[in-house]
Amino acid sequence: MEISRFGLLVFTIAILASPAISDLVLSKVDRRIYLTSQIVRISSSLKVENGGPEMVSEVLLAFPELQAKKLAYLMATQHEGKGKAKNSAAALPVEVASPKDMPPALTFYSVSLPKGLAEGDSFTFDVLAVYTHALQPIPEQITQADIQLVVYQESAYYLSPYVVKVQSLSIKLPDSRIESYTKLENTKIHGSEIKYGPYENLPAFSYSPIVVHFESNEPFAVAQELVREIEVSHWGNVQVTEHYKLVHGGARSKGEFSRLDFQARPNLRGASAFRYLVANLPPRAHSVYYRDEIGNISTSHLWGDSKKTELLIEPRYPMFGGWKTAFTVGYGLPLQDFLYKLEGKRFLNITFSSPMVELIIDTLIVKVVLPEGSSDISVSAPFPVKQWQEAKISHLDIDGRPVVVLEKTNVVPEHNQYFQVYYKFNKLSMLREPLMLISGFFFLFVACIVYMHADISISKSSASYLAKQQWEEVQGAIQQVQNIISRCLTTHDKLEASLRDLSRTGDVQACKAARKAADGLLKELSKELKPLLTFLHSSPSAAQILPKVEELVAKERELQEKVMAKHSTVVDGYEKKSGARDIENRVALQQQKLTALRQEVDDLLEFIDDI
Amino acid sequence: MSAPEASSAAVPTLTTNNTLRNAFGGVLSFFILLLIGVLAFSIRLFSVIKYESVIHEFDPYFNYRVTQFLTKNGIYEFWNWFDDRTWYPLGRVIGGTVYPGLTLTAGTIWWLLNSLNIPLSVETVCVFTAPIFSAFASWATYLLTKEVKGAGAGLTAAVLLAMVPSYISRSVAGSYDNEAVAIFALIFTFYLYIKTLNTGSLFYATLNSIAYFYMVCSWGGYTFIINLIPMHVLLCIVTGRYSSRLYIAYAPLVVLGTLLAALVPVVGFNAVMTSEHFASFLVFIIIHVVALVYYIKGILSPKMFKVAVTLVVSVGLAVCCAVIAVLIALVASSPTKGWSGRSLSLLDPTYASKYIPIIASVSEHQPPTWPSYFMDINVLAFLVPAGIIACFLPLSDASSFVVLYIVTSVYFSGVMVRLMLVLAPAACITSGIALSQAFDVFTRSIKFQLPGVSSKTEVDAGETSSATKEAQNDAVKTEKAEETSKDRPSRKSKKKEREHVEKPSTKTKAEKKRLLALPLEASVISLLLLVFLGAFYVVHCVWAAAEAYSAPSIVLTSHSHDGLHVFDDFREAYAWLRHNTDVDDKVASWWDYGYQTTAMANRTVIVDNNTWNNTHIATVGTAMSSPEKAAWEIFHSLDVKYVLVVFGGLVGYPSDDINKFLWMVRIGGGVFPHIKEPDYLRDGQYRIDSQATPTMLNCLMYKLSYYRFVETDGKGFDRVRRTEIGKKYFKLTHFEEVFTTHHWMVRIYKLKPQKNRIRGKTKKSKSKTSSKSSGTRKKNPWL
Repeated sequence: MEISRFGLLVFTIAILASPAISDLVLSKVDRRIYLTSQIVRISSSLKVENGGPEMVSEVLLAFPELQAKKLAYLMATQHEGKGKAKNSAAALPVEVASPKDMPPALTFYSVSLPKGLAEGDSFTFDVLAVYTHALQPIPEQITQADIQLVVYQESAYYLSPYVVKVQSLSIKLPDSRIESYTKLENTKIHGSEIKYGPYENLPAFSYSPIVVHFESNEPFAVAQELVREIEVSHWGNVQVTEHYKLVHGGARSKGEFSRLDFQARPNLRGASAFRYLVANLPPRAHSVYYRDEIGNISTSHLWGDSKKTELLIEPRYPMFGGWKTAFTVGYGLPLQDFLYKLEGKRFLNITFSSPMVELIIDTLIVKVVLPEGSSDISVSAPFPVKQWQEAKISHLDIDGRPVVVLEKTNVVPEHNQYFQVYYKFNKLSMLREPLMLISGFFFLFVACIVYMHADISISKSSASYLAKQQWEEVQGAIQQVQNIISRCLTTHDKLEASLRDLSRTGDVQACKAARKAADGLLKELSKELKPLLTFLHSSPSAAQILPKVEELVAKERELQEKVMAKHSTVVDGYEKKSGARDIENRVALQQQKLTALRQEVDDLLEFIDDI
Repeated sequence: MSAPEASSAAVPTLTTNNTLRNAFGGVLSFFILLLIGVLAFSIRLFSVIKYESVIHEFDPYFNYRVTQFLTKNGIYEFWNWFDDRTWYPLGRVIGGTVYPGLTLTAGTIWWLLNSLNIPLSVETVCVFTAPIFSAFASWATYLLTKEVKGAGAGLTAAVLLAMVPSYISRSVAGSYDNEAVAIFALIFTFYLYIKTLNTGSLFYATLNSIAYFYMVCSWGGYTFIINLIPMHVLLCIVTGRYSSRLYIAYAPLVVLGTLLAALVPVVGFNAVMTSEHFASFLVFIIIHVVALVYYIKGILSPKMFKVAVTLVVSVGLAVCCAVIAVLIALVASSPTKGWSGRSLSLLDPTYASKYIPIIASVSEHQPPTWPSYFMDINVLAFLVPAGIIACFLPLSDASSFVVLYIVTSVYFSGVMVRLMLVLAPAACITSGIALSQAFDVFTRSIKFQLPGVSSKTEVDAGETSSATKEAQNDAVKTEKAEETSKDRPSRKSKKKEREHVEKPSTKTKAEKKRLLALPLEASVISLLLLVFLGAFYVVHCVWAAAEAYSAPSIVLTSHSHDGLHVFDDFREAYAWLRHNTDVDDKVASWWDYGYQTTAMANRTVIVDNNTWNNTHIATVGTAMSSPEKAAWEIFHSLDVKYVLVVFGGLVGYPSDDINKFLWMVRIGGGVFPHIKEPDYLRDGQYRIDSQATPTMLNCLMYKLSYYRFVETDGKGFDRVRRTEIGKKYFKLTHFEEVFTTHHWMVRIYKLKPQKNRIRGKTKKSKSKTSSKSSGTRKKNPWL
């Protein structure tokens, strides 16, 4: 409605401002409108002829204001016939123009021609215009079972400030189901294609609104915001992280959602929903992940070969009209595929937009995180973008990594072109962080060593400190005493063990040898004891426990003698071949004393331990 | 134990040799401890490897959300946080009702890492907090057991604790719950208590109070500490083991600990007002009396002392009676007798099921079964008795504490399956003692009887024994090394003293043990059997960690013939709610899903897992068990926009809302008497098949669960209940389905707007007023 009213307005303006600005004439205009996805692409081939005497080097393209708002991408290329590949054609520079005496409701772009057109010369070029959000769903709300119908409005005539001699228009629809379309003269329909024209000799600013209302169940995936973070690591990786905020931009869903219907007849009940998105990642992409703020999303598939990596992701739930979701896709890329060196500078050459197929991005923010220490940063982008710089502090950074931020609205797949970030970087800065870690740990260990070896008592001459040290020495000595005593006790045990061996094997000689060895050992030990005891005698702080220690030593000596005595008695008994019971009887008394003594020694040891 | 023999090798080089061995032993045990920490950490990573790095289950989601708030808004905002996204319309004062220990710990770790410019997300920190603290807990176990029975037992106990399934079940990566840090705090508090008891150092007593404070911050289970330690003190006093060390270990803990505990908002004045803490104060009085008595005993002559005793006892008894009478009167005047419901159900296991269905409805509050003991502590169950015996040889203050700890925790674990967690460290400590003692005995017997070794008895003694065995023998070996370390005069006086104190038990024990030598063959076989037992334990623990306890429960997997199948329905539903409903919409569901809904879907819920308001939960229970219209009215009065139910009938997920329905009816009926449990029962059973009662078939929960379910297979066969449903075809009048997940596990319904209910404009005013005035008064508990 609005558009047609606007069309009328344009008409009136056109009549008022009829004289054309130059004498250019469009001798032939062929327009093809592709409505096969949510992105509207109009590819027109224009043949301009200079009808006036002056040289002309610029051609104006006119867009109504509403269309101009939705215009995402505009490119003009020299027409080189159908045989050649489109990409090879040289792009012609296109600029926003605001020529005088033109209706204000129109937006103009001027295409600079490679060379000026003299009188009578003609030139053919192609214009590709890509629009977002140009398909309006009507009805605006549908239920799960409904199909999605959208409306597209255009002019049957090519809106131009020049006279158009011959023109034709064809509209390609995704499906042959067409709800309605405007019928003008010369309107034909072939399956899913509608043709208008040819029309001849129309004046400048001719406008005839047409409306096509048709079924479109193509995915209306719109990323309301996409933040792409490209982090360059000179250790060999380019890490790309993409945060999507996705919405189904088609007709809004109303009423209930029945999983049953959706599962049983997905093509009928849920035709307007889309379930997955496909992303064409660069080849050799690795470590791909797909998650959202509450964890991994398990519904994704990845295929890859040497030429491309294809990622199919399903959101957590099927996307019906108006439903939203948010997720993150991340992947790593090999550095050598994207980073090059040029005249002492490095540059990163990477695609600008999302790898998703047929996705509209309302706001795209690309952040290129360069390694810490990069300088002289400049960006070269194939189209105008808003850009600024910030810093990001990441793993072990000190002053942060420089980040180039590029922002662009209304992004379509055509924007997925390479852009370059130039910067200077010294390879040695790569070693900064490992060296920092190494030195950090080194100093930690050094500090530990220093702490372990340094005596950091506050005062070294105070009485309490000295007393403490003395007490420590005394304790050391006592411990050594204890040590020796317990070694003696072990020797006793060994003697006992040898007695047991004797009763088993009857080997008297071995037993004697054991006694001799033990005897020698015990003597040595008592020798060792002497200096310790004298030290304890001399030390004042040992006065309290000295008696106990002495008692211990005495008891132990007694024990020693008893054990020896017992041992010799038993061995004698064996030598005399007396019966086992006989020996036992003889030893019994000794044994009793032994255990009593042993008990006392143990008690004393325990007591000394307790101090 | 081989220390004396070893050092007899060469007298002149004795000291250097000792220093070397000491250093070697120190380094070795340090590395063993490090490996134990790595083991404790890595055995808990199965969940991350098998699933993903994600927060698990229910409560962890709440803790995660609180941590997010803390890291975002800072500590002061956190204390003042009034959460209006839960318990709508009441809200909840999070800062004052939450144990902040875990949150503050994770928040601090996050802050520390970020200030070092290591940008880890809050989620990552939360996921790995539990494994990190498990490593700390096993080190704390080492310290505690070392205080009790020496380093060998300590290392063994630490290894056992690092992988005890009971603890793993609560501390796998992602299980971000209070218990994860609380067990560490518990063991560490006990360690410091024992340490103070052994040294009598006020320094450790202060540390002990701080550790206790951390425990109070972390978990409601701190009452276990504040009751166990007084019990032990009392035991020591009764058995005549009173000493000044005991006094230093206890008195500062009560005073400082209580003061600090009162600083935690959630505890506050409860630290002095509830019965759980009375035991500590009573013992505090007793220990002072005993201290006084000992003091007077020292001053007076025996005769005078006797006179004084009779005098004081008679007066004291009178005063005591008066005080106790006052106390009892005070306690009796409060409705729950001053005990909280959970504590009461500890003392009387039947209490909860009788009076508080909301406590009884939680599966982890049920008493455990025998198999769960075997599952959770495995062979430790058999080693514990041996460990208790070992603790009595000889009985010291420290080992009596361990005995008391194991006995009480066995009782508590028998009451509530969740408290198996408290039993696990005790079982590990006692089993560690048992194992290391057994190894001691056997290796010593072998050493005595091996021909080559017994004559030489040199340094190789350690090596020969270690060569025969692996893991545990390392422990034994270092123990020997550790022993030697004590024989050297060390520079650090403090360390010296500490090491000195622990010697008596080990040494005397060793001397007594020396007299018992077992036959060679028997010891070798027993050693092999012990190793076999240990291996079995390890295998079981790894299995438990990998299979039984690694599932995050929000993602389910099943193995079918065509590979792994993932059920990610919960997150599907929460993500849908998060992105496709209004920010302020209220979502009603059974309380189990409250925490997850607030954390993952960021929507306001009516009730959640913090079951503080029984009436509110009963309201939701009532709504779920009411017919559609009444339920609509209840939900509408609560401003609810969406109702979420969990339904496992399609894929056979057993813990769905129909299986929990019993509790909804019971809890709802407990507050609103018009819900009567017998109405839902046929022959004493809940059923949903054709035998089910009409009340059951008409209640909201049934309808929401089975709405259009029959159309999936034509029969309506419920795979959980293994039966066909009773009422197959019905329509919803007051609710509409807005979302159902892929496997139907979560179904979300929207309340239809009011005008849809009214048929015929002429009746409008009448029906409306009648339903509003008469209908609601009876059925809607909210008006």
